[in-house]
Amino acid sequence: MTPLLTTKGLSRHFGGLRAVDSVDFTLMPGEIRAVIGPNGAGKTTFVGLVSGRIQPSSGAIVFDGADITGQPAYVRVRQGIAYTFQITSVFANLSAYDNVALPVQRTLSDGRSKGAVKAGVMMALERTGLADRAHMPAGQLSYGHQRLLEVAMGLALKPRLLILDEPTQGLADSEIDNFIVLVRDIARSATVLLIEHNMPVVMQLADRISVFNAGKILAEGTPEAIRENAAVQEAYLGTAP
Amino acid sequence: MSEASPAKAYSLHLGVIALLFVLSFVLPDYYHGLLARIMVLAVFAMGYNMLFGYVGLLSLGHAMFFGAGLYGAGLAIIQLGWSVPLAFLGGIACGAVLALVIGLLALRTTGVAFMIVTMMFAQVCYLLILYFAAWTGGDQGQVVPQPARVLNLGATSLDLTNPTVRYMSALVLFSLVLLVTLAVVRSRYGRVLVAIRENEERTKMLGYDTFSNKLIAVVVSGTVCAASGAAYALLFGYVGSSFASVQYSILPLLWVLLGGAATTLGPLIGTVFMYYVIDVTSGYTSAYLLIVGIALIVLVLFFPKGILGSIRQRWLGWLP
Repeated sequence: MTPLLTTKGLSRHFGGLRAVDSVDFTLMPGEIRAVIGPNGAGKTTFVGLVSGRIQPSSGAIVFDGADITGQPAYVRVRQGIAYTFQITSVFANLSAYDNVALPVQRTLSDGRSKGAVKAGVMMALERTGLADRAHMPAGQLSYGHQRLLEVAMGLALKPRLLILDEPTQGLADSEIDNFIVLVRDIARSATVLLIEHNMPVVMQLADRISVFNAGKILAEGTPEAIRENAAVQEAYLGTAP
Repeated sequence: MSEASPAKAYSLHLGVIALLFVLSFVLPDYYHGLLARIMVLAVFAMGYNMLFGYVGLLSLGHAMFFGAGLYGAGLAIIQLGWSVPLAFLGGIACGAVLALVIGLLALRTTGVAFMIVTMMFAQVCYLLILYFAAWTGGDQGQVVPQPARVLNLGATSLDLTNPTVRYMSALVLFSLVLLVTLAVVRSRYGRVLVAIRENEERTKMLGYDTFSNKLIAVVVSGTVCAASGAAYALLFGYVGSSFASVQYSILPLLWVLLGGAATTLGPLIGTVFMYYVIDVTSGYTSAYLLIVGIALIVLVLFFPKGILGSIRQRWLGWLP
């Protein structure tokens, strides 16, 4: 099976800081992959490079067999890489409906019919449980609902790779449970790359885990293997005296 | 926003057009002529609003697009002896081409840099008009001769210097642009423009090529402003460099801010308001600009979203 996403020697330097340092990464289709690591490990920079928000200093990114290193972000989105923001950035002055209509209307091959936009929007809102709030301005939704709206916008892009950047940050426990169900549902039709600090969520969802530290991949494996890994424990907890 | 009450929105706009039509038969001569002028300039404001209100790009150089239409149409008649419809289309084409070139260059910048770059390009256009005085008439301007301002339609001919013909021509252009604006802002493209205004980075990450979308908006905006300029030359018969000066880049901004940015009828209301405040106050005192200034400050303090923007916010959420 060919991988959906590979990076070869992918690096991004900010001045002297090697935020992402020569990362070789492979993601198979259908996987739920969690990316974990201490603050400043380079996780968000790494997915920024994959989604095209940040240009790499060196290295290559291959998506579905094609080199996408030089492509602008909007082209990558059209090829199926969707990114949901760590800091909620829904369009606060637009209704939830309009927020989701933006990605839906762009992905429609049949650009004419009004019914198709409406159907697509309502489907994404129903999957995330926001259907009854469709006409509220996004800025007036609760924080948890805004996070869900982010996911609905990502879903509406019909992505092949959905990148979720700390999606459960700031959610209540009950909301997190629903969220886990939602991500499992999404993973049936898309590959999921999940940056997450909440370890119970990671352990429940991930097929495999990549651990970042100081811009490099420190370890990679199943949740059980990562839990037992001594180097990972050291990176998180510090060396024993 | 886009799903709600299309019938209400369209009947309101058709109502405004009908009201302007009826006013033609009611208004005394002086106000009749003034309103014809206001309608043409409101087209200028609507073109400006398309870019400023909906895309959030603040240009300080839109006088160059108005000027391109004005001189494109005016000089085509004076220097080349073109007919009225050809000159009108020529003026619009000048504005469209200029907007495409300026858009390609100026859209490499955003924010304050975009304001400065557009302002500088407009100054270049203004100075070019003065430099080629042999053609353009320089700062004196030129009058479009009255016999040339006749629209021949087969057997009948319309004299654009006749007040009623002039008023109705202005009304036709105004109505057309108003209804096109309404259709655009309610369309999917309009939704993308607003998304760019609200958060361009996010819009890119939904797969939109924001540069192309902004470029199209600059060209549409420039073309509408050029149509206003071309109509001004043909209907009022004067082509002068003051219309390409900085003042005419600031005025549409003021009209739009007064009436309400990102509202379809705001530009008309803002233009009417400014003209009538000047008209009324200048009848009482020579310091009328002082009163205009105070009125502007009061509006900005208490109605920061403009007249129609505030009405929409407080009472009529469905206004487009």
